[in-house]
Amino acid sequence: MRELSMHILDVLENALEAGATQVRLSIEENLCADRLTIFVQDNGQGMDTEIARRALDPFFTTRKTRHVGLGLPLLAEAARRCDGGLTVDSSPGEGTTVTATFRHSHLDRAPLGNLLDSLLAFLLNERTADLVYHHQVIGCPGHSPEAGETHDRVFKLDTTAIRAELGEVPLSHPRVVEWLRRFIAEGEAALTSRIESIPWEGVG
Amino acid sequence: MPRIKSVEELRKIREAARRDLKIRTDTGTKVIIGMGTCGIAAGARQTMHAIIEELQKRGIDANVTTVGCIGMCSKEPLVDIEQAGRPRVTYCNVHPDMVPRLIEEHLIKGNVVPEWVMDRMPGEGIGQS
Repeated sequence: MRELSMHILDVLENALEAGATQVRLSIEENLCADRLTIFVQDNGQGMDTEIARRALDPFFTTRKTRHVGLGLPLLAEAARRCDGGLTVDSSPGEGTTVTATFRHSHLDRAPLGNLLDSLLAFLLNERTADLVYHHQVIGCPGHSPEAGETHDRVFKLDTTAIRAELGEVPLSHPRVVEWLRRFIAEGEAALTSRIESIPWEGVG
Repeated sequence: MPRIKSVEELRKIREAARRDLKIRTDTGTKVIIGMGTCGIAAGARQTMHAIIEELQKRGIDANVTTVGCIGMCSKEPLVDIEQAGRPRVTYCNVHPDMVPRLIEEHLIKGNVVPEWVMDRMPGEGIGQS
């Protein structure tokens, strides 16, 4: 896939298929250590050791609608060719954690891309689950804003808190979608802003 | 966006939205987009983006939701349009440049676009949004 945000959406969709009601997505861009880490943890049905191992086989799937399962193998390959890797930790009844690491500056590393639409697509899924999203950019000490480097910045989103405010109004309501698009776009944009701004304290 | 401002905005949205929630549930329009691995790879995110933009531009009141793979991977992106009392229509290979005509014909004029249809199912109430 052309963007890592597409892989992220794919892993999030896996969590929903597994019956997850809570998903934690963490993206850490550590510019000092030159490492990008993507972490997706869910409370779905989980997998036993054998299925977790076979999940990285492109010709293995537990789905009945098709005969291949390409999502995790493609992500694993994308990480591997960027001096990184992918691990899948899972236990039946306890959920699954997928961790993908990349060398941040690797020439072959796909851009994170359109995270807004990936998050929105997940939040609009008919199988609802709460999402705790944490995107952090860790800058290097001593680098100045004038050099174009970012300071440590974080954008957080917690749909538990958003749903608590909305009550019976679903996230798919057009006004809520409009609000989410603006909120996420502003939050993500602030991570790469060169202008000093108020520390972000998203809802939740 | 400071926290207090976010909370206030959400409360205002809730107040405005809850008034029409029952009407929306019983009679509203739902646009459902396939978002499995195949859909994502085929560009379903861009299709979703185009649909949301077009609905907002035209001021059309419809809920957009996403679902997983149904097994027709070569036909992705798939888009279902569901309206109470009308057959649910599945459109296949829906790319962003098709969205304006799809919205215009199906939602505004009430005409199915036959050359893009993959399937139709009998219509009922759309249930909970």
